[in-house]
Amino acid sequence: MHVPDGFIDAPVSAAAGVVAAGAVAVSLRGARRELDERTAPLAGLVAAFIFAVQMLNFPVAAGTSGHLLGGALAAILVGPYTGVLCVSVVLLMQGILFADGGLTALGVNITNMAVVTTVVAYAVFRGLVKVLPKKRRSVTVSAFVAALLSVPAAAAAFTLFYAIGGTTDVPLGQVLTAMVGVHVLIGIGEAAITALTVGAVIAVRPDLVYGARGLTAPLKLRVNGELVDAPATEQVPARAAARSPRKLLLAGLGASLLLAGVVSFYASASPDGLEKVAADKGIDAKAEDHAAADSPLADYGVEGITNGRLSGGLAGVIGVGVTVVAGTGVFWAVRRRRTDDNDSSPVSTSV
Amino acid sequence: MTTPAAPASLEVSGLAFAYPDGHQALFGVDFSIARGERVALLGPNGAGKTTLVLHLNGILTGGAGTVKVAGLPVGRKHMAEIRRRVGIVFQDPDDQLFMPTVREDVAFGPAAAGLKGAGLEARVDRALEQVGMAGFKDRPPHHLSFGQRRRVAVATVLAMEPEILVLDEPSSNLDPASRRELADILRSLDVTVLMVTHDLPYALELCPRALILSEGVIAADGRTGDLLADEDLMRAHRLELPFGFDPRSVKTSTKISTPE
Amino acid sequence: MGAGHAHRLYRHGHSPVHALPPHTKLAAVFAFVVVVVSTPRAAMWAFALYAVLLATVAAAARVPAGFLLKRLLIEIPFVAFAVLMPFVAQGERVDVLGLSLSVNGLWGAWNVLAKGTLGVAASVLLASTTELRELLLGLQRLKLPPLLVQIASFMIRYGDVITDEMRRMRIARESRGFEAKGVRHWGVLAKSAGALFIRSYERGERVHLAMVSRGYAGSMPVIDEVTASRAQWSYALALPVTALAVCLLGWTL
Repeated sequence: MHVPDGFIDAPVSAAAGVVAAGAVAVSLRGARRELDERTAPLAGLVAAFIFAVQMLNFPVAAGTSGHLLGGALAAILVGPYTGVLCVSVVLLMQGILFADGGLTALGVNITNMAVVTTVVAYAVFRGLVKVLPKKRRSVTVSAFVAALLSVPAAAAAFTLFYAIGGTTDVPLGQVLTAMVGVHVLIGIGEAAITALTVGAVIAVRPDLVYGARGLTAPLKLRVNGELVDAPATEQVPARAAARSPRKLLLAGLGASLLLAGVVSFYASASPDGLEKVAADKGIDAKAEDHAAADSPLADYGVEGITNGRLSGGLAGVIGVGVTVVAGTGVFWAVRRRRTDDNDSSPVSTSV
Repeated sequence: MTTPAAPASLEVSGLAFAYPDGHQALFGVDFSIARGERVALLGPNGAGKTTLVLHLNGILTGGAGTVKVAGLPVGRKHMAEIRRRVGIVFQDPDDQLFMPTVREDVAFGPAAAGLKGAGLEARVDRALEQVGMAGFKDRPPHHLSFGQRRRVAVATVLAMEPEILVLDEPSSNLDPASRRELADILRSLDVTVLMVTHDLPYALELCPRALILSEGVIAADGRTGDLLADEDLMRAHRLELPFGFDPRSVKTSTKISTPE
Repeated sequence: MGAGHAHRLYRHGHSPVHALPPHTKLAAVFAFVVVVVSTPRAAMWAFALYAVLLATVAAAARVPAGFLLKRLLIEIPFVAFAVLMPFVAQGERVDVLGLSLSVNGLWGAWNVLAKGTLGVAASVLLASTTELRELLLGLQRLKLPPLLVQIASFMIRYGDVITDEMRRMRIARESRGFEAKGVRHWGVLAKSAGALFIRSYERGERVHLAMVSRGYAGSMPVIDEVTASRAQWSYALALPVTALAVCLLGWTL
């Protein structure tokens, strides 16, 4: 899914760069809470692992190339903020070292593969962990589902970028079908690897799984025959974590809406892709003299709106909306559930 | 044995610790080491030796009890200072050496403490001199022999001019010649040494005093020669001398009390 | 462990390009790629000039053409996609050798191929003339947030650790007569992945402990100051500035 240079036009690439920079900045602030001295090497290891996993590249017919993404693994092991940073670092280093993914497309790549996967995966994961019984198996199952969903979500985000800034007008329907279709398959592989890794880690070192921090019981120490409580050091970060995804989600939602709406409206002034797409949509909306009116493109665009640009922008907003709502729905549902039965979970009572 | 008036280099009291998976490794450890002493920490596998070592510079915290280094309590407040004063040489030099050249590796600690330029260079030279590796400055560490790597690992810690040198299994995997060379180096140093080891003859050779850590508590504390000669004590804590080795026939430990 | 002071993409040498401070090279490559991407796709001659510019840099860096071309293979998936474009894209069509191709698709294919290839070539040149550690120092100099640099340096260090552990586990498996022959053995390999993670982590943790024990507090201490003189900057920036001139010509002509 690494987008090369020149694949997405310059204005959209730049806008994506701004979004990515914003997400990284938010994550840098948030990661200070997640990363203590002992989790710092874990973040590096997760990045190295993802780097290795992303090397398994295989071509995808209508997209660029497909591979495992690793965002879910990162989010679950080191937390969503640090997860975003991990995958971003991987993408940066791949761009510089292996020329995998263009440097100017870094913003697009980070937004797709670091931000979307991590946010979607973490929201789904936390949601499921809260809903399912408090057992280790639940963590593994949640990791599986989270990883499974995160990959097609990234594919959908890619298609969205393609829709507003693609430099060639390959029918969007085809791109979407191919991307999401293939990435559902990749998602299964991703889910298996994520669940296995998280399962293995939680069995041996439960302290290393950020997403399962609420599940460990407070420690008891025996000193010279007497039993004393160990000072609770983990409680504070766990509480902060309960609040963190919401901010991240809101930031992500805001950024994507901004990107899809405002930026795509602006970007349509560019000579390349978007104008074509938007123009096609405009023609679709007018239902006149266009040979491909019954092509998959026809059901894109927003009907009844004759302004091509506006229609394109709206379609973008709706696309983002659907993706994000799907991702956040679980989170909101869980949040409400948690306010309903307040004291069911001992750790995350604060919202 | 020395009985110096200076504050103890290391004071550990009531130290208890359990890992996050629930396994408790330390159950109330008390001991103190005076400045300039060389002490061996003996104990079977799984006695909690490494766990104890990781408490000495605050890498593991969160249990009960306190650790003081030269009177300074180990805690968040003085962490940088503590880490400068406690030099830990880990068991595997490959874990310890991570920079591309010997020089950069030795410079890492002092540079992290803010030393620069000529002062840094002088510190590096002196540390390498002390372990007899001055000619290897620009070599990559992983191209050295195991014995040389361990000596460089000692140098990386010496460059920080620590109050106390903590060595985790310093003689493991060394051939007899390297083992003796390292002993000579350690004997020549003017610092407090805590040496964690299974190598009982080595402990006897270098350390006048020994502690036995067993099942998370200090089971014995005394002259190394006496402890090793106490067969019941040794058996009770799964400590075994090499075949044919008789601690009573060795005289080194009492002779060497203060360095130089 | 060897700690990633060399990587297989790096080509050891003593050319003027190797000698440039890493942050000037990073800045130059980034600026160059930005310029290339903003060039109008119809200005075909501009892309030819860019290629000549890169070839000049490669010659100055004494990177042989064969090495460069081999590394360009990374973009094969994009090439596959680009080849498909003229067939699947919409719009006006043109007949070439009896095939009906989309004009727009042809332009798109050209656009992706030209810009993508130039971008890959520029990155390959950077990676083959700059050591990994230098790259990190360069990123640090370019004010990349320290936390990101820290994660990146751990990543590179653990890359070695993982490879090392992977090799040991493979040897252990093979010593016991196991050989991965097909799908039936994926289960074993998948379980190895989990074990690999824990083992690498615990080894990495020890490295980290050793670093922390020596006063590491989040950023690599600067042992050798990397500074760039004005001459070095102007030398490095000659590439993107020339490219910019070409690009501006491309827009005006």
